Amino acid sequence: MAECSQVDSSKASRHTMDKSITLPPDEIFRNLENAKRFAIDIGGSLTKLAYYSTVQHKVAKVRSFDHSAKEAASDKLYEISVQEEVTARLHFIKFENAYIETCLDFIKDHLVNTETKVIKATGGGAHKFKELLERKLGLRVDKEDEMTCLIKGCNFVLRNIPHEAFVYAKHADSEFRFQTTHPDIFPYLLVNIGSGVSIVKVESEDKFERIGGSSIGGGTFWGLGALLTKTKRFDELLQLASKGQHTSVDMLVKDIYGGSYGSLGLTGDLIASSFGKSATADKEFSKEDMAKSLLHMISNDIGQLACLYAKLHNLSRVYFGGFFIRGHPVTMHTITYSINFFTKGEVQALFLRHEGYLGAIGAFLKGAEEDNPNQYSWGENYAGSSGLMSISPDMNPMQRARSGTFDMLEMDRLERQLVNLSLLQDPSSYIPDTVDLTEDALAREYWLDCFEEALDGVVKRAVASQPDMPESVERAEKFRQKYRHKLQTLRHQPFAYGSLTVRSLLDTREHCLNEFNFPDPYSKIKQRENDVALKFYQKAVRTLEALSWEERQFALVRGVLAGNVFDWGAKAVSDLLICSVLESDPEFGFEEAKRQLEERPWLVDSYDQWFHRLKGRPHKCALFFVDNSGVDIILGVMPFVRELLSRGTEVVLASNSGPALNDVTNGELQILTERIAAMDPVIQAGLKEDRLTLIQSGSSSPCLDLSRLDKVLAMVVRERNTDLVIIEGMGRAIHTNYYATLSCESLKMAVIKNSWLADRLGGKLFSVVFKYEVPAGTGGLTEAAAPPSP
Amino acid sequence: MAYNGHQRDDDTADEDETPTKHPRSNKDMPGCLRGYVDKEVAAPAGRASSSRCSSDAMPRLRSDSVKKSRPPFPWFGMDIGGTLVKLVYFEPKDITAEEEQEEVENLKSIRRYLTSNTAYGSTGIRDVHLELQELTLCGRTGNLHFIRFPTHDLPVFLQMGRNKHFSSLHTSLCATGGGAYKFESDFRMMADLQLSKLDELDCLIRGVLYIDSVVSSGPSECYYFENPTEPERCVQRPYTLENPYPLLLVNIGSGVSILAVYSETNYKRVTGTSLGGGTFLGLCCLLTGCSTFEEALEMASQGESTRVDKLVRDIYGGDYERFGLPGWAVASSFGNMMSKDKRESVSKEDLARATLVTITNNIGSITRMCALNENIERVVFVGNFLRVNTLSMKLLAYAMDYWSKGQLKALFLRHEGYFGAVGALLELLHPS
Repeated sequence: MAECSQVDSSKASRHTMDKSITLPPDEIFRNLENAKRFAIDIGGSLTKLAYYSTVQHKVAKVRSFDHSAKEAASDKLYEISVQEEVTARLHFIKFENAYIETCLDFIKDHLVNTETKVIKATGGGAHKFKELLERKLGLRVDKEDEMTCLIKGCNFVLRNIPHEAFVYAKHADSEFRFQTTHPDIFPYLLVNIGSGVSIVKVESEDKFERIGGSSIGGGTFWGLGALLTKTKRFDELLQLASKGQHTSVDMLVKDIYGGSYGSLGLTGDLIASSFGKSATADKEFSKEDMAKSLLHMISNDIGQLACLYAKLHNLSRVYFGGFFIRGHPVTMHTITYSINFFTKGEVQALFLRHEGYLGAIGAFLKGAEEDNPNQYSWGENYAGSSGLMSISPDMNPMQRARSGTFDMLEMDRLERQLVNLSLLQDPSSYIPDTVDLTEDALAREYWLDCFEEALDGVVKRAVASQPDMPESVERAEKFRQKYRHKLQTLRHQPFAYGSLTVRSLLDTREHCLNEFNFPDPYSKIKQRENDVALKFYQKAVRTLEALSWEERQFALVRGVLAGNVFDWGAKAVSDLLICSVLESDPEFGFEEAKRQLEERPWLVDSYDQWFHRLKGRPHKCALFFVDNSGVDIILGVMPFVRELLSRGTEVVLASNSGPALNDVTNGELQILTERIAAMDPVIQAGLKEDRLTLIQSGSSSPCLDLSRLDKVLAMVVRERNTDLVIIEGMGRAIHTNYYATLSCESLKMAVIKNSWLADRLGGKLFSVVFKYEVPAGTGGLTEAAAPPSP
Repeated sequence: MAYNGHQRDDDTADEDETPTKHPRSNKDMPGCLRGYVDKEVAAPAGRASSSRCSSDAMPRLRSDSVKKSRPPFPWFGMDIGGTLVKLVYFEPKDITAEEEQEEVENLKSIRRYLTSNTAYGSTGIRDVHLELQELTLCGRTGNLHFIRFPTHDLPVFLQMGRNKHFSSLHTSLCATGGGAYKFESDFRMMADLQLSKLDELDCLIRGVLYIDSVVSSGPSECYYFENPTEPERCVQRPYTLENPYPLLLVNIGSGVSILAVYSETNYKRVTGTSLGGGTFLGLCCLLTGCSTFEEALEMASQGESTRVDKLVRDIYGGDYERFGLPGWAVASSFGNMMSKDKRESVSKEDLARATLVTITNNIGSITRMCALNENIERVVFVGNFLRVNTLSMKLLAYAMDYWSKGQLKALFLRHEGYFGAVGALLELLHPS
């Protein structure tokens, strides 16, 4: 079973009607051995199972050698150890009701944990399968109200999954337009279209009200559709509808008026009377046309009622769910059309990527209340989740087969609670990513190719990072397959995990690496690079000190930029630099990097403004999001930080909580800073006086989402009245946050190490982005006009 | 036919009526006035109220100029809808001998044809029970006839108009409804008739207000259902529609239009739905093989919708108390038809009933939401979907009352589908 990849699972599931299929268990019911707290949502045709489990995986830890004790076995600064860590994960699996018995048997056989006594159940089928559940699992079935579960689940996904909600636009370049979740998710309207329609107003976590509904819903489409077309299955009806022409069945405005009804602004193509043309005994209508007409009738009606309720309750966020919607492009399109028509664009129809899981998530949360899951932040695990599948009739058959059988969602409990950076000018409109690859087909193609080409190198690096583990080759190969499969899926369905971005591609790769126990493939390289760079720190500082104030300011900026060229993730970074580091001559490399840097004026160049600003009063506190380890952090960033401290500015250094590429992690940075402090009284004093603070960002990504930051970091930033945010590096300042507007001064520095991207931005390889911004309406100029600090 | 025989040669018609004279009866309505006058105050203040419409108010007009400003006979108003053509015809009963002599043969023949028959061709019908007698319009007294035929038979009608040389009468034909636009050229080509096209909602409102104001004897024009939530005690009661504003006017024809009316000239179309009478009939035809509205209604009256629909109690075993939903409420229209077994066990009558209930309840809930959004408590339902359709009217009355906890009142009008045509006729007589 170990070889069972996802490709195999899709093959197995071709026989959708065969109830005795062999499940690829490792791939579907993962981590069952530690599972506890089950919940199940049994709908009309699909079952959704939820459980909580723990995952044991390897993490790379760094530990400082005790240099005073002379026990250091080598000249290394710190040691790296791989430790086992246990993290919490939520598993959600969706499958057809036909498999329920097989699945329950499987679970029973693999369930080691006997503490579990109860299974929370919801959904219309919970009653029907109660006896089976109790007999097969030996668990007591505890029923939960369907609507309560739905709302709980909805709140959970809206809060924890950044690209959960989307707008559907059939004819746009990208069908799915993902929304940034408003920091305050309430209030909203949930229109659940099951067999009937329920319209629920949600005002807070615990306060919701069913304000209305309609009996014309999915059951009407199905029931009436079955009568009219003699077609039994819901999906088949939708397929029929997608091929039909409603105009042969419906009476349009132009059928009555001969054209439009101009004075009311009703165009000729509007439906005046659904099925108005079928009021005759002597004419036959095609199944397709009747199904289409029925679909329009029901979608328009639901849309109209939803709008009337939204208007009455003054709500602008309206989410649609239920089996009628469930990822069907046809119904999402007709509902969207209806909402646009009735509200003239004032209200947008929103859909949810994990809509099908809401009931199961809610039921699970009801059962896990004692653990208070809402006090944690959770993140979607891209490696373990199937992602959104378009089940459009013209989708390729491989994906169709899969979507109909097993679908998974996995959520990792994050160690830290994540919140918005309070310095975002408008948190509700903040979008971290600069380019949405779902919409930009050219960019998408480039980056997917780029990541695919880089895959060999990543695999090699992963194997090399674990030289004493022979099976790492095999694991790395699995990683390769998994990530390649993800890339392939994303080529067909770029929207699978929300907006496709360079960030999501990077994050997916990290998740996949972690999945196969390659927690930090760059740990050794980082270690070596840090060791070597540290040796030149003092010399670098001395050189800078020798410069005049004006010269120094520029040299510091150039230093940060040159340091940023040292990025193992970028393919354009020459072997020359890498060798310089590996051969313990980073000084040469550093100079070489400076030489490669673009001369001023840079591609984006507001150095003059920055310089002018520096003559003004010092900043109160600077928040610095750092990038790479080694030369970058030690020879580039630290001297810059040192200068800020000398000016009297407090500095908060924010680094990654977990590893990503060769980015410096908080653990590493703690050790590095201590070492530097030992050599440098300025840094030493900064630490001692608490004017230099190192805090983890809460992220393990080479990019940066300012709306999901560690709560402690956000708090410190607020407490210290931070008035300058510095973001360094391509991942954090270009792929993300390039357009982010902050309510305080900000400085974005990066070197473009990718010729395609450089080209796009109108520059060339090693072009420099130096973007200093002062929020509109604040006194940037007055400050600059103040007398220079001594 | 009995009604038809009831013809009076009432020649009290007053060519000499001076405009300053008070109306003789409540029926003698502001002939040349656009505004409708409240019945109760008609006598003393009738004319005064006319000042609203200064352009039409001609209090000192001499009778001969009344005569001149009056259009020549015949007087028709027409509403060409998606399914039905509604025609109102004013039959003057005060024709003097002199007039009789002058009257051209064509006109006479049209009048005789229309008034001596109650059915025309195979599909035209005169709704005799709706006829308004002894009505004074523009100083002439006569009977107002209400005739309908399917829109698809319009060519037959035009052929008849051609045969009867209608065009030689040099009358302008006021028409509203979409068909006035769609068939304008057909009228011109086939019958040499020039249509005067009118907005259907303007006509509708004008017609409603006018008819309600002129009907005084016989069954009340406006009525409602008392105790709508208790089938045993539910009875039809007359309703006086005085001081009607604001009101929500729901016109259920092939499709549905919902208007908020604040005065005769101040109204807006709030919304509409394509699930209307045409949908009921269209679906019934497909589901049961019937072909007429009457057939469909007849079947519906014998069916049981609960076999077709999934009720709240079918899902929850009883009421869904968490949300105050009673067990008898429909959770999913046609929801039981998802099951093959149940599809095979329902009758055509059940399906017709379920279709009727689905369409009617849906109109009810959209109306209720509009009433809430517009803050209007009185709803008047009109349109031919309600013709001989007590089932739907009671359902609407029930739905309005139950879901609004008694806040909303559903009102109905006897001339349910003819108001647009009446409005068109009024436009002929008093162009606005």
